[in-house]
Amino acid sequence: MPKVTIDDIEIEVPDGTTILQAARMIGGEVVPPAMCYHSKLKTSGGYCRTCIVKVEKGSEKDPRPMPKPVPSCRTTVMDGMVVRNKTAPDIVEARAGIVEFLLINHPLDCPVCDQAGECDLQDLAYEHGKSHSRYDFQRRTFEKIDIGEHIKLHMTRCILCYRCVKTAEQITDGRVHGVIYRGDAAEISTYIQNVIDNDFSGNVIDVCPVGALTDRTFRFKSRVWFTKPVDAHRDCPKCSGQVRLWEKGGEVLRVTARKDKYGEVESFICNECRYDKKNASDWVIEGPSKVDRHSVIGANHYENSVLSATDDRQQTGLPHGKKVELGEGALNPNNIY
Amino acid sequence: MSKKLLLQHIDVPGINTYEVYRKQGGYKAVEKALKEMTADQILEEVKTSGLRGRGGAGFPTGMKWSFLAKPEGVARYLVCNADESEPGTFKDRYLMEKIPHLLIEGMIASSFALGANTAYIYIRGEYFYVHRILENAIKEAYANGWLGKNILGTGYDLDLYMQIGAGAYICGEETALLESLEGKRGNPRIKPPFPAVAGLWGRPTVVNNVETIAAVVPIINEGGANYANIGVGKSTGTKLISASGHINKPGVYEIELGLPVEEFIYSDQYCGGIRNGKELKAVVAGGSSVPILPKELILKTAAGEPRLMSYESLGDGGFQTGTMLGSGGFIVMDEDTSIVKNLYTFSRFYHHESCGQCSPCREGTGWMEKILKKIISGNGTLSDVDLLWDIQSKIEGKTICPLGEAAAWPVAAAIRHFRKEFEEYVTNPQNIVDVKHYYRVNNLAAV
Repeated sequence: MPKVTIDDIEIEVPDGTTILQAARMIGGEVVPPAMCYHSKLKTSGGYCRTCIVKVEKGSEKDPRPMPKPVPSCRTTVMDGMVVRNKTAPDIVEARAGIVEFLLINHPLDCPVCDQAGECDLQDLAYEHGKSHSRYDFQRRTFEKIDIGEHIKLHMTRCILCYRCVKTAEQITDGRVHGVIYRGDAAEISTYIQNVIDNDFSGNVIDVCPVGALTDRTFRFKSRVWFTKPVDAHRDCPKCSGQVRLWEKGGEVLRVTARKDKYGEVESFICNECRYDKKNASDWVIEGPSKVDRHSVIGANHYENSVLSATDDRQQTGLPHGKKVELGEGALNPNNIY
Repeated sequence: MSKKLLLQHIDVPGINTYEVYRKQGGYKAVEKALKEMTADQILEEVKTSGLRGRGGAGFPTGMKWSFLAKPEGVARYLVCNADESEPGTFKDRYLMEKIPHLLIEGMIASSFALGANTAYIYIRGEYFYVHRILENAIKEAYANGWLGKNILGTGYDLDLYMQIGAGAYICGEETALLESLEGKRGNPRIKPPFPAVAGLWGRPTVVNNVETIAAVVPIINEGGANYANIGVGKSTGTKLISASGHINKPGVYEIELGLPVEEFIYSDQYCGGIRNGKELKAVVAGGSSVPILPKELILKTAAGEPRLMSYESLGDGGFQTGTMLGSGGFIVMDEDTSIVKNLYTFSRFYHHESCGQCSPCREGTGWMEKILKKIISGNGTLSDVDLLWDIQSKIEGKTICPLGEAAAWPVAAAIRHFRKEFEEYVTNPQNIVDVKHYYRVNNLAAV
């Protein structure tokens, strides 16, 4: 069992653990942000470079520092490794640079984007980015296209994390989409106007960290923070049936997979659960989902809920937003997700 | 006259054919290696020779070979990187075009040393005619029993295949090359694992440059110690330099490492001085991605010693006052050259060739190109120069593969040594030659 020290906190982890996983075991502020890594997908990560950390000491055996920042999601810990994340000013600086790179060609159309409120890039920019851009050229744009009955591809928003490609490759038979072209002209595309059509195709929407792949059945129906997430399950012959229902006014607006606090899907669900079971009566409701992500929602709307949010916020080190009086009905469980 | 090990028979008519090559002592190294030596002995000779990778990084070849994992019953591969895509470098093309059998001979000897029974030559798409020359040479080698089953009756089998790339700079990076060779999109892999452990099809693989593999032939023929006697310090042997730019005699030259840069540029035996009697302004010493150096720093180091053509001497002073030998793409610029426009050309290239996998390179290379375009079209500001500096520092070292650095280094060096020129472009744009005209007459894409 190797011992690793991340930002002066020591932890013992199983063999083969990556620095990112070790940091998540510690939790809180030492966890580097990650956009392209997804714990349920093999060989994911390493592309976005937001999770880079500094390795001050390689291992007990070979104490030399690593010459360059390493992606924590793809670097395995060694016994005696010393890693710096938040406590290394050059890493904080480099990460701000990466966030800037990710945003220079992003349309920043959050006000009209369905992903807003549950967008990893939004959260990343909020925590690690700057409030202005130094980029004064035309941004790269693409046409929106429908890839399949339920999925809309808005390539302009894509940050090329490769998560949807890996999802299609690892949980479905016969991937029909991938990355074509090169450099900043690279785009996600279906193979010669193919459509993504299989029982698990909807999962590419859930793994997309930005609003590049959105659910056509949910587009422009509601901002996500006006919907209430409820955990539910059903007996499904195809998948685990463990889902999250997003309700508004007693109506189920969409069904997604459950995501953990890092925004990563816990278990993938099939299209039948996702698109065909939109009545609350189809499901066994377990109760309100705990949304404890350090997200833009968390910083505003969920800020004031009396539940566990305070503790989580202390851990993530987010500044407290303005205090809002708990109004009438605040203790109604329906209002405090 | 300096000693030539690779190009000594280059002027013999018909040296590209098997008969002539054999008559000039060709394939002696294979005979010696397979009949008289063991694989470990060859490895020792290569280690003694001090041969360093000729593709650009200069990593000791013997050490690279000794890292190759050798699990029982698992095939190993030798892959020759003939995707010579660094702008300013054309030595491998010359070698393969003129003496294709030298590469094949080196491939056989190296494969034997590594215990590989399958070897590949990955050649870039633009070298299609070279591909044909090599294919012919491979056929000749098969016909004469140098390839195939039971070579020279020693029981050693080797199959040599060629694969032609589609013309991407990134496929010169070894892991991207392997991906491309496997038939996938040429994206660099995330290391570790290194190819020596899991390379082609997940098996242990050594990837070497054409010139490195060719240099194994004289090492076996003459012995590693003799090879190590040539050169200076840890830069042993000879190196092919592709000299281009504003010189009287551009071309490929084989030099003994340790030759003074001044002699290389001005001697009639090599470049023959600057064209049209002009003054030297700057040199890119090892292919477009290494830092550019102004005249006073390329001829003499910061300490005032003469700069030599060697890994150490060119690297003297780090990137503050030094550069790299790189792949040996020696680009000379005279006093009339615009460093800013030249940099724009380089940046345009790296933007075009970025694979798009990791964000700093994908977004940063394009951003740098756009800023440079803005500057050379006369719309730049002083803050643009600082921004350019900041962007390159945020790309360097943050990317999956060295393309990020290759794109960042030229920008950093140009600003470091020629900041005044950038400021001139920004403050007196009226003095600038019409950029659109420049691109039109050079038949380049419109700005």
